[in-house]
Amino acid sequence: MKFIGKFDPLKDEVVRIMDKNGKIIDEKLVPKMTDKELIDAYSLMNLSRRQDDFQNKAQRQGRLLSFLSSTGQEASEIGYTLPLIKGKDWFSSGYRNNAAWLSVGMPMRNIMLYWMGNEYGGQSPKGVNSLPPNIIIGSQFSHATGIAFAEKYRGTGGVAVTTTGDGGMSEGETYEAMNFAKIHELPVIFICENNKWAISTPYKKSTKSLNIAVKGIATGMPSIKVDGNDLLAVYAVAKEAVEHARSGKGPVFIECDTYRLGAHSSSDNPDIYRPKAEFEEALKSDPLIRMKKYLIDKKIWTDKKQEALDKKQDEFIRAEFDWAEANKSYELEDVFNFQFAEKTPDLEKQYKEAKEFFAKYPEVAKGGHH
Amino acid sequence: MKVLNNVKAVSEALEVAMEKWDDVVVYGEDAGYEGGVFRATEGLQAKFGEKRCFDAPISEAVFAGVAIGMAVNKMKPVVELQFEGLGWPSLQNILGHMGRMRNRTRGKYPTPVVIRMPMGGGIRALELHSEAMEAMYAHTPGIKVVCPSTPYDTKGLILAAIESPDPVIVFEPTKLYRAFKQEVPEGFYTVEIGKAFKIQEGNDLTVVTYGAQTVDCQKAIDELEEKNPDVTIELIDLRSIQPWDKEMIFESVKKTGRLLVVHEAIRSFSVSAEIIASVNEECFEYLKAPSMRCTGYDIVIPFDSGEAYHQPHPKKILVKMEEILNYKF
Ligand SMILES: Cc1ncc(C[n+]2csc(CCOP(=O)(O)OP(=O)(O)O)c2C)c(N)n1
Repeated sequence: MKFIGKFDPLKDEVVRIMDKNGKIIDEKLVPKMTDKELIDAYSLMNLSRRQDDFQNKAQRQGRLLSFLSSTGQEASEIGYTLPLIKGKDWFSSGYRNNAAWLSVGMPMRNIMLYWMGNEYGGQSPKGVNSLPPNIIIGSQFSHATGIAFAEKYRGTGGVAVTTTGDGGMSEGETYEAMNFAKIHELPVIFICENNKWAISTPYKKSTKSLNIAVKGIATGMPSIKVDGNDLLAVYAVAKEAVEHARSGKGPVFIECDTYRLGAHSSSDNPDIYRPKAEFEEALKSDPLIRMKKYLIDKKIWTDKKQEALDKKQDEFIRAEFDWAEANKSYELEDVFNFQFAEKTPDLEKQYKEAKEFFAKYPEVAKGGHH
Repeated sequence: MKVLNNVKAVSEALEVAMEKWDDVVVYGEDAGYEGGVFRATEGLQAKFGEKRCFDAPISEAVFAGVAIGMAVNKMKPVVELQFEGLGWPSLQNILGHMGRMRNRTRGKYPTPVVIRMPMGGGIRALELHSEAMEAMYAHTPGIKVVCPSTPYDTKGLILAAIESPDPVIVFEPTKLYRAFKQEVPEGFYTVEIGKAFKIQEGNDLTVVTYGAQTVDCQKAIDELEEKNPDVTIELIDLRSIQPWDKEMIFESVKKTGRLLVVHEAIRSFSVSAEIIASVNEECFEYLKAPSMRCTGYDIVIPFDSGEAYHQPHPKKILVKMEEILNYKF
């Protein structure tokens, strides 16, 4: 173990491998990653950032309902999902996990469909074990615990990862889930992405504890704080945690110390509550810029490669968006078909009633009557 | 008089209450500094200080529970849930304690908490931001439930709720927050909990509704009356869901002989089920047609792409009204 048990949250110690300029602080801690793996990880961060930007613009044009962007958190989300094995491990997300969803294998078009208001967007494709975005804060922690319980019970070897924000750590359910998981020594990794704001409520008004990581300690599980804008650090710690959990040693809690660079959601205006100086300071720790500098220093990345990547990704994002927009509406059946395994007689009757109505007045199905 | 929309009427009510009673405190997620995501509590922290209007941590169970403790100890907490569907972690305390404490202590510890929550759909919101589960709360003994639809009623009912010796849940239809304005008296006044409001008189059919559907019903009725100049419809805004104004509704049904209840909440075990059952018990011999309802279906509230299937719509209401009016035994 290089990290767990070595970095003490009670002394507010933080795992950091590269500094703000992408320079390695401690060579001994650098995780083994091939050049390709590094570039792939960075490309995913870049993709998620560009998707966020695209969606922000689309939302302003009224083409997305709303969404909660991961801008600023890409290093965390990619870092803690990379060690997962597709098809075997699980992701029980919050609602602000764009980069993580891409990383675990959610098709971008699904993510977009979800934010366009179509339930099919929440369905993960075959071979991807990812729950839909979770809007009710806290409950994703207990779902992950249950998933992990089943993995251990059946001996199938999978690990579950779940995450919430700093504000979400005030929910009783997050603690209850961690306590349960530790009692049963379940293979689950709990993450808090401490991005310093819960809508307009600052971190300092959500908790008076030394840091978030100490909140895991009371359950008895190893807890650790990591620089959430340092991809190498998050990845290294998460990898160790996943191995720990997979080998039967129980859950781990990780605080990713990061910053929400965007608005809370597309209907929020952070200028009302967020000090400008704090935001400008946070910009200096942008995880993308840091990672890019690291790759350039390593001589495996160039501005030219960046330009080509941006172009390729923008085209991909546009194509996925066009597909989602063209496929976002659905039939009446879809609101009735998934309530139960089989429609109850009463639901069947309601469906029939609705079908007759909408056949006669199809314009009503379009909504927007106000 | 002031001209206010619904959300401003909420702020105005809270301001008046905080001036009138020192023990009123207001809190909820983001309700302090920013004034909540809908800005319903905007300005209160600036005026009354952080001690009386503050941001709660994201922990609905505790902030509903804390409100119960405050109320037991003679304060008047007004709690904001950010959205109805996101307040469910608080149900433990609302259903399990708030509604029961007075009874359990044989009247010694009443819990006059006010819990406000934005409710309902039609605003193109995300999952769990459009719920309408008022029947669940109304079904719980010991809790009063109101749902104002106009600025006048919003201010008056919130003040009545704060003045009430019992716990009251105030459902604020999100769709109507900024939909229209109305003249509202300055200062303190109340709208009695349990009293409905007759929006218009009529002889042939009683339409009972509340919240955002008051607007839909009015549209449907205007269209029907224009097409059928001999027909007049009585439209009643329930305003109070529990207790509800049986007297006004029975009297109206006895006059018109026909009843339609409209709400967006799912159909089974709903407010309309209660009203229609009561009308059957009390007005059976006056009925010229079966009482009917126009509601959402028994489905999870669809995301935006399917929401229009579920929401009541003036056309759906119109079709139902015609069905009742043309009914032959
Ligand atoms: C149980 C519950 N209560 C309230 C909300 C409304 N809400 C949505 S996001 C949010 C702030 C969450 O902040 P944080 O946990 O720090 O995560 P972040 O959004 O910053 O990633 C709130 C209060 C919710 N979704 N669920």
